[in-house]
Amino acid sequence: MSPGEILKAASATGTKPDLVALLAAIPYARYLGIRVDRKGTEITTVLPFARHLIGNPVLPALHGGVVGGFLETTAMLQAIFEAGGAEMPRPVDINIDYLRSGRPVETYARAVITKQGRRIINIHALAWQEEHDRPIATLRGHLLIPEMS
Amino acid sequence: MTDTPDAMPQHRAGFVIAGVPHAEGLAMSILEIGDGTALTMIPYADHLVGDPETRVIHGGVVTSLLDNACGIAVSSKTKSFGSIATLDLRIDYMRPATPDLAIQAFCECYRVTRSIAFVRGIAFHTDRNDPIAACTAAFMLNTSDSRKAKP
Repeated sequence: MSPGEILKAASATGTKPDLVALLAAIPYARYLGIRVDRKGTEITTVLPFARHLIGNPVLPALHGGVVGGFLETTAMLQAIFEAGGAEMPRPVDINIDYLRSGRPVETYARAVITKQGRRIINIHALAWQEEHDRPIATLRGHLLIPEMS
Repeated sequence: MTDTPDAMPQHRAGFVIAGVPHAEGLAMSILEIGDGTALTMIPYADHLVGDPETRVIHGGVVTSLLDNACGIAVSSKTKSFGSIATLDLRIDYMRPATPDLAIQAFCECYRVTRSIAFVRGIAFHTDRNDPIAACTAAFMLNTSDSRKAKP
């Protein structure tokens, strides 16, 4: 099933979309190796370390684009889970702050919707590695909810 | 977050960035390097798609492309191969990328201070006036030096 079909199926039955199936349906999320750990309504995304995620081979450190793409995917999942809807929200703008270099270990992220409007969702996401209190990056962004057709 | 190759040609080159695993995975290549500018490219690839229904490339790929191009623009301005780190990166998504088309990024480092470089850029297919995304970024310079000085 495509992401759209998964969302439409969930929307039609009034259930939460299957986030594992959703990630599996997104080629780029599969390429990065993003997994999701859902405990009730709490969603944590997991990015296991892999060599193809490295942006600085000297340190080594995760590529800034990988950390950004991971946070963006986390934000999208949270928005889909909370806001529902039959279509994928679309990013309008994102602002990523890089706080520490992403070391070659597992990375985690969570997102929080700051404000949900009729068309726009304002969302914050945070990525960390071994210690939650030492985040490696944060994201703030706006997502556009596709108009109901 | 970007390492720059040792040899930086001043004119159109079109070589794939080697030694940076994620850039290799995206088959990212450098088309042009100027004095504070960089033009890079990622070819369309199925594994980079964000939605198989529309076949549009995921925003994260555009983020990687712009981040890397910004870093190369900074190094071309400072003429230094020292370590730099992205402080922040803002991306505005203007329109979805068109399937099957390569995405280019043109980034310009327009200001450098002793510690910080300021960069702006756009991602597009062929026409810079029809951008897919625009970005602004700030980079910290010489991160490896400061680490040595202050362990």
